[in-house]
Amino acid sequence: MTYSAADTPVWLALFIAFFILVGAGLALIGAIGFARLPTFYERIHAPTLSTSWGTGGIMTASILFFSVAGGRLIVHEVLIGVFITVTTPVTLMLLARAALYRDRFEKNPDVPLRSGQVEP
Amino acid sequence: MSTIIILTAVSLAQLMLTIAIAILSVRMFYGPRAQDRILGLDALYVNSMLLLSVFGIGTGKTVYFEASLVIALLGFVGSVSMAKFLMRGEVIE
Repeated sequence: MTYSAADTPVWLALFIAFFILVGAGLALIGAIGFARLPTFYERIHAPTLSTSWGTGGIMTASILFFSVAGGRLIVHEVLIGVFITVTTPVTLMLLARAALYRDRFEKNPDVPLRSGQVEP
Repeated sequence: MSTIIILTAVSLAQLMLTIAIAILSVRMFYGPRAQDRILGLDALYVNSMLLLSVFGIGTGKTVYFEASLVIALLGFVGSVSMAKFLMRGEVIE
């Protein structure tokens, strides 16, 4: 099943291009932040930029393009968006908890304190 | 006209996502510890899924949607199992 980009009007093509470029630009910003931030606990926030609005922008552009070029409403990209939105926090919470456990086991000085713990 | 606009945007987006995947691969190879490598692999799964979806918009075929859905699903399972292995030393206890 092949759809042609020539079936879309020009103003909607501008919308589609805007959403594609927003998603890809946010993914690039997240990758640069992931390379440049100093510690792991700051670095774990950077790829969230590409999982939240990077996928949002690109899936919105895909829904618009296939719906207009196909002549009917096609919304199965919502599946990917919902799945990524639900499963990314689970992964990052498990990973951050594992990293915290390893750092406390090795007694690193730069781990966050427990709740109620005073400075030694 | 609309073909030129969409294909230009798709080419620029492919360039940006390729640079992002290259940066994430560098962090995955030279990461200081195992947590950084797992986080880089997880972000690389997501970015490759986005690249495949953008490629599907550019060619106008609906086959690439299913491939990106499979990549998202298996990436989640792999990242969760590796995080569990870091926490406990075993995946299934």
